[in-house]
Amino acid sequence: MYAFTFEQPTSLSDAAKLIAAGGQPLAGGQTLLASMKQRLASPEQLVDLGRIAELQGICQDGQALAIGGMTRHADVAENALVRQHIPALSALAGQIGDKQVRAMGTLGGSVANNDPAACYPSAVLALGATVHTNQRKIAADDFFQGMYTTALQAGEIITAIHFPVPQKAIYLKFIQQASRFALVGVFVAQTAQGVRVAITGASSSGVFRHKGLEDALSKSFTPEAAAAVKIDAAELSSDLHASAAYRAHLISVQVQRAVKQLAG
Amino acid sequence: MGASDFANLPHIGESVRRKEDYRFLTGAGQYTDDVVLANQAHAVFVRSPHAHANVVSIDVAAAKAAPGVLDVFVGADVANDKINGLPCGWLITSTDGQPMKEPPHPILAQGKVRYVGDHVAMVVAETLEQARNAAELVDVTYDVLPAVVDVGAAQKAGAPSVHAEAADNHCYKWAIGDKAQVDAAFAHAAHVTKLDLVNNRLVPNAMEPRAAIGSYSRANDEYTLYVSNQNPHVERLLMTAFVMGLPEHKVRVIAPDVGGGFGSKIYLYAEDVCLTWASKKLNRNIKWNADRNEAFLSDAHGRDHVSHAELAMDKDGKFLALRVHTDANLGAYLSTFATAVPTILYATLLAGQYTTPQVYVEVDAWFTNTAPVDAYRGAGRPEATYLLERIVSRAGWELGLGQDEIRKRNFITTFPYQTPVALQYDIGDYPACMSEAQKLADVAGFAARKTASAAKGKLRGIGYSSYIEACGIAPSNIAGALGARAGLFECGEVRVHPTGSVTVFTGSHSHGQGHETTFAQVVASRLGVAVDAVDVVHGDTGRVPFGMGTYGSRSISVGGAAIMRALDKIEAKAKKIAAHLMEASDADIEFVNGEFKVKGTDKMVTFGQVALTAYVPHNYPLDKLEPGLNETAFYDPTNFTFPAGTYICEIEIDPQTGETRVDRFTAVDDFGTIINPMIVEGQVHGGLVQGIGQALLENCVYDKETGQLLTGSFMDYAMPRADDFPHFEIGHVCTPCTHNPLGTKGCGEAGAIGSPPAVMNAVLDALSSVGVKDLDMPATPHRVWQAIQAAKA
Repeated sequence: MYAFTFEQPTSLSDAAKLIAAGGQPLAGGQTLLASMKQRLASPEQLVDLGRIAELQGICQDGQALAIGGMTRHADVAENALVRQHIPALSALAGQIGDKQVRAMGTLGGSVANNDPAACYPSAVLALGATVHTNQRKIAADDFFQGMYTTALQAGEIITAIHFPVPQKAIYLKFIQQASRFALVGVFVAQTAQGVRVAITGASSSGVFRHKGLEDALSKSFTPEAAAAVKIDAAELSSDLHASAAYRAHLISVQVQRAVKQLAG
Repeated sequence: MGASDFANLPHIGESVRRKEDYRFLTGAGQYTDDVVLANQAHAVFVRSPHAHANVVSIDVAAAKAAPGVLDVFVGADVANDKINGLPCGWLITSTDGQPMKEPPHPILAQGKVRYVGDHVAMVVAETLEQARNAAELVDVTYDVLPAVVDVGAAQKAGAPSVHAEAADNHCYKWAIGDKAQVDAAFAHAAHVTKLDLVNNRLVPNAMEPRAAIGSYSRANDEYTLYVSNQNPHVERLLMTAFVMGLPEHKVRVIAPDVGGGFGSKIYLYAEDVCLTWASKKLNRNIKWNADRNEAFLSDAHGRDHVSHAELAMDKDGKFLALRVHTDANLGAYLSTFATAVPTILYATLLAGQYTTPQVYVEVDAWFTNTAPVDAYRGAGRPEATYLLERIVSRAGWELGLGQDEIRKRNFITTFPYQTPVALQYDIGDYPACMSEAQKLADVAGFAARKTASAAKGKLRGIGYSSYIEACGIAPSNIAGALGARAGLFECGEVRVHPTGSVTVFTGSHSHGQGHETTFAQVVASRLGVAVDAVDVVHGDTGRVPFGMGTYGSRSISVGGAAIMRALDKIEAKAKKIAAHLMEASDADIEFVNGEFKVKGTDKMVTFGQVALTAYVPHNYPLDKLEPGLNETAFYDPTNFTFPAGTYICEIEIDPQTGETRVDRFTAVDDFGTIINPMIVEGQVHGGLVQGIGQALLENCVYDKETGQLLTGSFMDYAMPRADDFPHFEIGHVCTPCTHNPLGTKGCGEAGAIGSPPAVMNAVLDALSSVGVKDLDMPATPHRVWQAIQAAKA
């Protein structure tokens, strides 16, 4: 780790100023600190977002749940509101990393980082959530723009994510055995706008919606309908842990199972 | 004292809580990085980013000028100071009579780097951050060469040469057994089973990475090396006599608490020598602690065999002969015991538990542009067991015999038994291990469980493995004849204090094995004192007589036996003192439970009284007997010990995703006498986890083109975790070892040796219904799914 300075602003506006002046925002640090220890990242100043009250908390917002950007995974996993209204989201949070990661990692940090194998982006996308920042509101469909890339501008901080409560939803994660990130994670949601299917871990471009599956399942929400959709492996990543063909197969199997569980 | 008397002593067979747990569980252990010396500087190694390259130039000017830097050392400095390369501890002679190729293994690169992570320069600075910063300023210009990373590529004509001294990358060709007899047996066989298999390469990953502090005292011209190591005397001998040319008495090696070794900390590493050497040059104490990335790149790796095996049988499934060819990857340089692993420690185990009358094994060992490969928990024996137990199960399937039946038909049942591959087994009861394992595993209920799995859409399979291992490598003279360049005895010193408490000094080293408790139980039981009255000292050449350390499950059988010999001397002397005190003849003294009695009388003195008398010899036969009660013994075993057992694994596979889970696992081992069942069970659990990890999860992969380590972190190298495993069912059979005074055989490696084939046989049994006949480790979901797809096609 290279030397750096450390700021702990207590208001969003102070944080924004520091970041605008070149500070690197620090959320839960579960990616950033590891990168810094390996000297792969070398910010001169870290701006810790952990003391900003505006970024904390989980509350109901009409037909949605608003979860503060600095909410830890463990809190999402345990929160009664989330468990009641979007159990798929609390279950997802409870499967991220290990206890230590869940105690530190945050929703906003994960979504802003947009690791192509992270779990949260699939929930944001499948639930049609809205990402609130200190500057604007961004629809999930406009937010994720490829591996480690989002619509966030420099200096923009995720304040909260508003998740519309779905009729039903489920997240099934097939783990990469070493990292326990998603080798293939599928988030299937039945929403007022129809069925939405978001897939993480499978593409080097990051999380994506699968239109073929969504169309088929909107017509017939059955495992058979999912099985009939051919998943094109050409778009998917191939690496040490899985071929694109295997990932394509896992998408199909996992979505079929997700639908079966939701229907059953 | 005989082994059967020993087993009946108090504390033997008692699950005494580990004496070391308090300090380990409260964070009070003293590992090398916990040792902080005055005047301590920090070292960082500059490592090669390339698998194979000529070092064109190294510019250290900027690094030397960086803040806090004390010096930067490169290969030229090593050459100037005439520091030798690292030695290999075992000479293998090729079938043509030529010695193995033994190219130099420099402590800092001499013009060429041969694997990613090869040590190029050492930067020493006041702080770790300063050393790291300066290391980034060392400017090395490389001329990158093509690389070879596997045994297939290494032996191709025109392959890049890792060493000029072995242009064809061939280190040796070695063979054991009677080839003509084996070929003749094959000619008359009713059935031949053939199998190709890969024993996957592993990264050891001890919880504590390697660490060392080189320390030099100018006042008395003495060096002290603190090092996370399994055998400090061997480390000192190799470093002083072979590498640095230092007098041994001027070097002290201390291996304090060590957080796991698994073989990877047996060896003398370049870093240890660099730190020792530089400590005098700079007159500073210099600490280095590997980070996890360095550990992945530069710890000696394990396994990495590619083999072809053929088993000849008669019409009843009786084994007639086994023929094996193995290509072994030694990595870029010969690590300390690298050459013995795929030969002496491997091929000699290929008779297994079976009466196979003829075995012939040929081994070709190759240099590649990868980290050195050496002994890793089991060291050759897991590779032998994997090969043999895979081909035996396959032979059973081909002949329509159950995995149990084919084994039972071939079990050795009379002892001692001379195998065709050099070893003589002293004792065992293989059918008893099998039947106990079948009972504990509820084999009778397997069919019902398989049906239940099928109802859930899952495939269930059962796998057997009946392993044998040879532990406590010995005797020294035979090992010497086979190429060992070191002795294989152990030392033990028992120091009875005037008040009757005891300190034991052992050459064995504990890095998680619980010796401080087990050895204390041995001594306490013999002397009739409390276990708490006995402390065990190990890991310090300044305190312990010359010992050989811990590897190959040797500690209790060799180190414990040395302590038993020392206790014999203590007891004999104490009896003389007691006889004097009671005015009786030595021959009439009995020693039971800490009390010396005159046979047939009620006269008695306690061990404590005798100890006090030895050091306060007022009423003492000074004319005949020296005062004091402090004895040392060295023990060189007459044979290996042969732990053996049967493991049974049940696997459940989701054929749609390939997800493979161990559902049940039963291990029945014959370790001979067991001193602390809880510690033994812990060793078995750890071994099983490593073995099952190899079978299902772990795989070290280098890129075939660039030689980069693709699995260089826990993000890509799958370490087993607790939730990967079911409850383990553990059982024991006991046939005490016939040739050591404890009857023990060793338990440290069995789990890692016996489990991989049990898992893979279960996987293949489960997959047989979908047409899969073969699969290499690790059976990851991806591989299992691919195998199912290939079988469908």
